[in-house]
Amino acid sequence: MRARVWSWAALAVGIIYFALPLIGTVEFSLRKRRGEYSFDAYRWVFEDPRFRETFSYSVVMALFTIAVGILIVVPTAYWVRMRYPRLRPLVEFITLLPLVIPPIVIVFGYIRLFNTSSVLPLTGTATGTNVLLMMGYATLSLPYMYRAVDTGLRAIDVRTLTEAAQSLGAGWGTILGRVILPNVLVAVLSGAFLTFAIVIGEFVMAALLNRPAFGPYLQLIGANRAYEPAALAVIAFAITWFCMGLIQLATHLSPHSRARRS
Amino acid sequence: MAFLELEALDKSFGATPVVRRFDLAIEKGEFVSLLGPSGCGKTTVLRMVAGFETPSSGAIRIDGRDVTGLRPNQRNIGMVFQAYALFPNLTVSQNIAFGLRVKRVGRAEREARVAEMLSLVGLAEFGGRYPFQLSGGQQQRVALARALAVEPQVLLLDEPLSALDAKIRVSLRDQIREIQRRLGITTIFVTHDQEEALSLSDRVVVMSEGVAQQVGPPFEIYSRPATRFVAEFVGRLNVIDAVAGEAGDGVLRTGDVEIALGRPVPPGPVTLAMRPEVIGVGRADGRDLVFRGRIEDVHFLGSVIRIETRLGSAPLFLDTFNRPDRPPPALGEIGEFSVAASDVMVLGPGGSAVKVR
Repeated sequence: MRARVWSWAALAVGIIYFALPLIGTVEFSLRKRRGEYSFDAYRWVFEDPRFRETFSYSVVMALFTIAVGILIVVPTAYWVRMRYPRLRPLVEFITLLPLVIPPIVIVFGYIRLFNTSSVLPLTGTATGTNVLLMMGYATLSLPYMYRAVDTGLRAIDVRTLTEAAQSLGAGWGTILGRVILPNVLVAVLSGAFLTFAIVIGEFVMAALLNRPAFGPYLQLIGANRAYEPAALAVIAFAITWFCMGLIQLATHLSPHSRARRS
Repeated sequence: MAFLELEALDKSFGATPVVRRFDLAIEKGEFVSLLGPSGCGKTTVLRMVAGFETPSSGAIRIDGRDVTGLRPNQRNIGMVFQAYALFPNLTVSQNIAFGLRVKRVGRAEREARVAEMLSLVGLAEFGGRYPFQLSGGQQQRVALARALAVEPQVLLLDEPLSALDAKIRVSLRDQIREIQRRLGITTIFVTHDQEEALSLSDRVVVMSEGVAQQVGPPFEIYSRPATRFVAEFVGRLNVIDAVAGEAGDGVLRTGDVEIALGRPVPPGPVTLAMRPEVIGVGRADGRDLVFRGRIEDVHFLGSVIRIETRLGSAPLFLDTFNRPDRPPPALGEIGEFSVAASDVMVLGPGGSAVKVR
């Protein structure tokens, strides 16, 4: 009985810890108009052209980052599992590096390596800087993407499926595209979702590379206005949860993955 | 020239030899089983034929073409795995069509072929299902259909029945053999189950420690085992240590029992071997060796009664058919047993790779 009381108490503390700031933010974001609740702050945010510009910029960057991340991570994780299991600790270490190297260090490295007087002057053009920023995002999301995909690969018998496909005449492209990727799609989606969240909120890289991303915009509004940052935070949360819902839906709609979990 | 030729195959993993000097020639349409305990190299041989392992030395030829250096997807072989290995994200029909799509077979032809394969394995109604909606036996039939859809030159079956329960195993076994005969496809079947190997195959290769111990039709493997390993691995065997007399006239002693084989046996210690079913209860014409023993145990198995007794000090099993008019003998009774001298195999001392007879 005592144990039960304590576990309820722990749960309550947890809920308060997570929910209270959120409730406070929502409440505050509704108080722009004096004396009553209103959506004025939200209206201001949605009417601000910079919100639309920076947000759509970040979304496009996120989609590219996800595509590049999948192209890099899925074949790598697959090859490590299939052919070079001994390299696994090394590859895992590399994928974890972005967690211990601060983004500011990475981006300073980028600027030094790819500046206009370097061999590959990516920072000389907007497109080049966008590519550089996207690569930076891909690096930041590497730990999450790799973990997710590797876990997904663990759930299927990669070797036997590969051999079955090979004996049916399939080459590597077909095996990866038609056998491996569809079977780790749910894992890839969860990696993609994390990537999306990282890219939308990222500040340091975008700011130092001077690109019009959502992160710097958030910071700008936060520094200059009172209620709108709260509204922006709530919007960001809503988008995040919407993405999570989409992943749940995708998981639910694909029949074979539903079976594998049961 | 044989259709599928394996010539002097050697395979080592690191310093460990797994397959040694393996030769085998298989005719077109033949069903050959590789039989042996786990770790004997049978699966490695199969995987070398499939192209998943590269031989350390030796050659593999299919229909006169050297395929040793070809990748698996260039070999035109069909393979069925123990773990089914169906693609979980594809339906049964899509699984079967996979190899055809890779080959860029047109849609109409592909669909016709899938329908044909589905009815071949008796799953015509199941095309739209996903693998997880099928039982193990059904999944393995889909795997077979998928392997056969691309019309491979050789069909490789890697312990396809091991994951199934006993009843399904027997019915699928018969189905595999029936389909194989109907299509006339050259087949290699890997198993550790002697009953499967004996009942299915045109020829059986018994393997031990990477070496083919004996190659022959099931009847020959069982009746005339070439080595002690084959004799003991295939079927049950009574093994009795005996000493042949100085005269070399075929009179042997084991304990205080004397056995006259009636054919010359070189003097010294020998091992006698008898299948349980060649020994009978009581005397009979042609079973000229008669001995007595206490009945130590009786296993009633339905159609067969397995009796445990002793010859001298060696335990002896014998199998007799159950007959309604003759109840099984009682425990502790002294019974009389007989066997034809020609059914007693003489194995040399030591026991490894010694010719019988």
